[in-house]
Amino acid sequence: MSVIVRIPTQLRTLTGGAGEVEIEGASVGEVLKALDVAHPGFADRLFDEAGNLRRFVNVFLADEDVRFLDGLATPVTDGATVSIVPAVAGG
Amino acid sequence: MVDFVTGLRCRECERPFPAEALHVCDYCFGPLEVAYDYERIAATVSRARIEAGPRTVWRYRDLLPVGHVLDDGGEAPVDLGAGFTPLVRADRLAAELGLGELWIKDDTANPTGSFKDRVVSVALTKARQLGFKVAACASTGNLANSVAAHAARAGLDSVVLIPHDLEAAKITMTSVYGGTVIAVEGTYDEVNRLCAELTSERPSWAFVNVNVRTYYAEGSKTLAFEIAEQLGWQAPDHVVVPIGSGSQLTKVAKGFAELGKVGLLAAEPAVRVSGAQAEGCSPVATAFLEGKDAIRPVKPKTIAKSLAIGNPADGWYALEVMRKTGGSCAAVTDEEVVEAIGLLARTEGIFAETAGGVTIATLCKLAASGVIRPDERVVALVTGHGLKTVEALTGTIGCGPTATIAPTLAAFDAATNFEEESPAR
Repeated sequence: MSVIVRIPTQLRTLTGGAGEVEIEGASVGEVLKALDVAHPGFADRLFDEAGNLRRFVNVFLADEDVRFLDGLATPVTDGATVSIVPAVAGG
Repeated sequence: MVDFVTGLRCRECERPFPAEALHVCDYCFGPLEVAYDYERIAATVSRARIEAGPRTVWRYRDLLPVGHVLDDGGEAPVDLGAGFTPLVRADRLAAELGLGELWIKDDTANPTGSFKDRVVSVALTKARQLGFKVAACASTGNLANSVAAHAARAGLDSVVLIPHDLEAAKITMTSVYGGTVIAVEGTYDEVNRLCAELTSERPSWAFVNVNVRTYYAEGSKTLAFEIAEQLGWQAPDHVVVPIGSGSQLTKVAKGFAELGKVGLLAAEPAVRVSGAQAEGCSPVATAFLEGKDAIRPVKPKTIAKSLAIGNPADGWYALEVMRKTGGSCAAVTDEEVVEAIGLLARTEGIFAETAGGVTIATLCKLAASGVIRPDERVVALVTGHGLKTVEALTGTIGCGPTATIAPTLAAFDAATNFEEESPAR
């Protein structure tokens, strides 16, 4: 599966400034791991020591927070958009 | 411009950042906090200096992250007169609840009718200093009102994003100021996510609760400062604060702590901080009551739209504050919210919006269960005006006229049972 990953400003130094990159993977977790292979440094920023998403990282598949789906195990479809968004906003 | 800010610091990993328009740590995504030189503040600030200041949040400028905007010959703050709202002794409500010394912090009296004027006045003052020309936000309504009004006052353009199904008054009270108002077909959390992404695409806009959030949130400390000053420079024993994102509750606690830190109170006061949520959106109360650290986001469904944040940014920190201070947290039903709005209005003459109803209903609940005690000096925060959410009362008892009559004495007598001296209740 090839998906579009949307990158927030804070992490664009890792993608050479790109706001979107195309990545292969069958689940959200696989996509994010492949993202780290393509652009080293992402895993450190997105995951804690236990391999879970950091507390202040939100990941969306299309319009849905993956925590409302199956988390990192959520399967992705070809052409889907995965967005990484800082959680600290609003209120 | 003199100021006491030494920079920004990640609340999670403590990495330092410059005092610019940054809100999250670019390493771990943790929230950035303003770092102050408290020793220098302590050497400058005094009760007399504050008491000689304006009757607004700007009397506490030494403890706000925007420099000495008033007395250094620099630009004036973006100011509609937010803050220094009444602290009202609520004896009649206290009697109903079996409490002792109870006070209401009446933030309905702010310029656009909610506590948001405090944070927006600080945020847009800072945004202007940082060179922004456009003020923006994601809002459940109150913030929209305040950003649109303060931007108009400051001559800034405004772009406000709101969920499409807000109360009519909150939409009118935003659009009247002439800025751009975008109604989004989605929940507040979806609006918020859109704004978080827009911040990356529109870096020249000041989203007050996104890229300027670090400064914005500091404005809520003024609630604690005012409560202490209005109590004669004493801290209360217990405060009840509504929880949307959890930012306000966290900053109220920080405000009380700072008063001790800079010597305005003799020592760092021990204030129990309790949180209030609506059952239809209670991710923080649920985590608190289950003794969990992780907050599970929810899809909100409550009349308390200003608190309908299913994925609260500062929820974790709010939990930490409530646990550390010996406070509590409760969630109340929409029916209890409506009842509480009526109770506060009948007993104290204050008309609160639904979020205020959530606070008062939670106060009732925690008083009934003995968590809030009669020997405590208690302050409940009523953070928004009832005129903003009149829909919530439509069709409920007491929201219409007692009788509708022909303009004659006979009709009046027929419709009422009044004695000559006073109406029977």
